[in-house]
Amino acid sequence: MAEAQLQQDAAASSDVKTRSRKQDFLKAFFSNRLAVFGTAVLGVFILMAVFAPYLAPYSPLQQNLPEKFDGPSLAHPFGQDELGRDILSRVIYGARISLTAGLAAVALATVVGTIVGLVTGYLGSWLDSSLMRLMDVLLAFPSILLAIIIVSVLGPSLVNAMFAVSIVFIPQIARVVRSAVISVRERDYIEAERALGAGNTQIVLSGILPNSMAPLVVQATLTLATAILDIAALSFLGLGARAPTPEWGAMLTDAFRSGFGVFVEGQHAIIFPGIAIALAVLSVNFIGDGLRDALDPRRKR
Amino acid sequence: MQIIPVLLGVSIVVFFMVRAIPGDPAQIMLGQQATQAQVELVREKMGLDQPFFVQYGLFLKDAVRGDLGDSIVTGRPVVTELLVRLPATFELTAFAMLIAVLVGVPVGVISAVKQYSLLDKTTSVLALTGISMPIFWLAMILVVIFGVNLELLPFPGRLDPTTAITSITGLVLVDSLLTLNFAGFWDGLLYLIMPALALGTIPMAVVMRMTRSSMLEVMNEDYVRTARAKGVVPWRVVFKHALRNAMLPTITVIGLQVGLLMGGAIITEIIFSWPGIGLYVYQSVNARDYASIQGVVLYGALLFVLINLLVDILYAVLDPRVRL
Repeated sequence: MAEAQLQQDAAASSDVKTRSRKQDFLKAFFSNRLAVFGTAVLGVFILMAVFAPYLAPYSPLQQNLPEKFDGPSLAHPFGQDELGRDILSRVIYGARISLTAGLAAVALATVVGTIVGLVTGYLGSWLDSSLMRLMDVLLAFPSILLAIIIVSVLGPSLVNAMFAVSIVFIPQIARVVRSAVISVRERDYIEAERALGAGNTQIVLSGILPNSMAPLVVQATLTLATAILDIAALSFLGLGARAPTPEWGAMLTDAFRSGFGVFVEGQHAIIFPGIAIALAVLSVNFIGDGLRDALDPRRKR
Repeated sequence: MQIIPVLLGVSIVVFFMVRAIPGDPAQIMLGQQATQAQVELVREKMGLDQPFFVQYGLFLKDAVRGDLGDSIVTGRPVVTELLVRLPATFELTAFAMLIAVLVGVPVGVISAVKQYSLLDKTTSVLALTGISMPIFWLAMILVVIFGVNLELLPFPGRLDPTTAITSITGLVLVDSLLTLNFAGFWDGLLYLIMPALALGTIPMAVVMRMTRSSMLEVMNEDYVRTARAKGVVPWRVVFKHALRNAMLPTITVIGLQVGLLMGGAIITEIIFSWPGIGLYVYQSVNARDYASIQGVVLYGALLFVLINLLVDILYAVLDPRVRL
């Protein structure tokens, strides 16, 4: 009973501490103008993705060949693409696919990378050295080449491209988590938990993981930016999303593959999907930089 | 010396990945009309009837000797195909890296010295924008602006079809100078600018950010203050005392950029029809030419590991405190 009481007290006091820390963090984050801008833009993209069927003026797949590469007009603010489809509608629907694919890849990489990082950092021993050697091997590949060979095995599709990209990111996440865990592992409060009789699983979940979160959150955010770009790049190589999927990278790819005419008469078909990708990635990068500055007081500008 | 186990690991990963690709290589090589007996014969010749670890041993032996089999598309050895295209890719990536360093380092130094100035803020946002752009979009926008709308720079390809250059090294800029073909040099340079800009922008942004942050760190060090205090002129403090130490992290980053550069080169070469290894990768991927993919990935990883080893060595040369 006494032990349970102690733990409850510990939990309560850590709660108070996190609240004030949370306030500090929110204040620091929202005083960073670029981070606020990034959050707002990403918010708009997420709304676009969720409400795509209500926002898009046309179906993203509806073709209209006679109006191939018609420029921006009142009816089609972003113009029409190589098959006469409405580019605005495709960009809106594309938010669903590109953001979901990026998020899924990062989520998978984060879960696996965190487990690897926790296991290697906390347990050490032979498991640490062998798993980290495996991570070294994965890091030895130029990332796009590793993704290419993984997709070659699995077959080209958006899901497989996502999977390949997440494998590429696992070692980076694992390294960040591992070094965070190692710096936390020997702290007094972990020792205290152990003295209270907590098992390894409990120590990792309640002591190690929450205190290693800051670098992990930053790394995962910055990874999301790269993941969106890499999935688009795989689409461009014909290994990701396929026509007629309105994925942003695939839209540019399809426009490019329609021939060199696109550079002359279809410039808007290049400009708008690219702006969507760049803006989404830029806002995620702003958020990542903001998180890093807010979570790490030593790096404040 | 971590490099040998890492390279062995890389070879194991590539070997098993390629073996995991669906389809019998012998059957693919011979086509669907081949008889069972013919397929068996080729399987035997390729060593596919051997146990896995023997196959891996054979693969490793061949790979070390530079034999990675024949391209299914052209029928020529993969290594030959790669070597023919290497100079084009090298010229492109070297030029891109040159742009990245020549612009990235000075701009990074200036933004660090003039921290919080308008220039610093602008270049910081621009650098982050540079990192956030998909390289194929940047390349296409360059084509739209400089190739089509302004008609300033030629594309696609590496040279005008009417320009002839005697091939010595395979590098257009070097060969044209060696043969005193200045018109050819100018033509090659014009064709090189857009692809190199497209490929060099992201490394430029990364180099700039890294130079800026490590310069900021170094400028606060005691020895910089000491140098200032004893009256060393400001530019000398920046370039002699600070930059030399700030370059160390930047050099590491440049080494790591090579991996990204390989990915970027594939995409850039596709957009500009640049006849290098990247375009070959793209063609191989589309033709399911696994021998070629395997070769590129294996040698790409090898090159990447070696370059980072070189970076480590350079580190030790520049920083006497570091021992290998």
